[in-house]
Amino acid sequence: MKLLYFAWVRQKIGISEEQIDMPAGVTTVATLVQFLRDRGPGYAEAFRNPALIRVAVNQQHTDFNAVVRPGDEIAFFPPVTGG
Amino acid sequence: MSEISIQREDFDPGAEIAALQDGSGAAGAIATFIGIVRGDGGLSAMTLDHYPGMCESEIAVHAEEARKRWPILGLRIVHRTGELVPGDRIVFVGVASAHRQAAFQAAEFLMDYLKTRAPFWKLERRGAQANWVEARSEDDESVKRWQQPR
Repeated sequence: MKLLYFAWVRQKIGISEEQIDMPAGVTTVATLVQFLRDRGPGYAEAFRNPALIRVAVNQQHTDFNAVVRPGDEIAFFPPVTGG
Repeated sequence: MSEISIQREDFDPGAEIAALQDGSGAAGAIATFIGIVRGDGGLSAMTLDHYPGMCESEIAVHAEEARKRWPILGLRIVHRTGELVPGDRIVFVGVASAHRQAAFQAAEFLMDYLKTRAPFWKLERRGAQANWVEARSEDDESVKRWQQPR
């Protein structure tokens, strides 16, 4: 799966995107976040308060209950502030 | 010209408006909104981060919804990304319709959804400090008025 990070989520993690194999036990965005939090201090800091994070799966806004599959593009970012 | 452009370059508001005026006389009204970087609070620069691809598709969904709600004859949205300074234009929304109410309302609808759904993020610089802008609850409230049963 392809993971993308934007704004301060990207800054905290230190990279804008990465490709990972579907981790064992990951079925939803929430379980993916659990997995990512243990990947390093930057990830732990970025996902410290998941209530601050929004998610898109395959470029569609969704929530942490969404099911994720191998090959999905999953993006994590703060609430949007364009316009 | 495509309906939606996400670009680093500036845009020409006069040319955008002229393009919405198709010359046939069907459009009796063009409503536009231009967003500009404010220099308040000592702001020195603003960087706009965005999610390429999703910005365009998310805005397209709401442009399509606007077309279902109002009799739109022309529609154009331009949003800039990258480094901007106070006084720079950020966004253009223009809607052409037969009458002004539809043009005004559709332009407001598009701006409200653009602000709350399109994946852009503003980083503000004030001197040596850089801070990501936090989402405003007022913007979420603004979008709710379009969700009421009509």
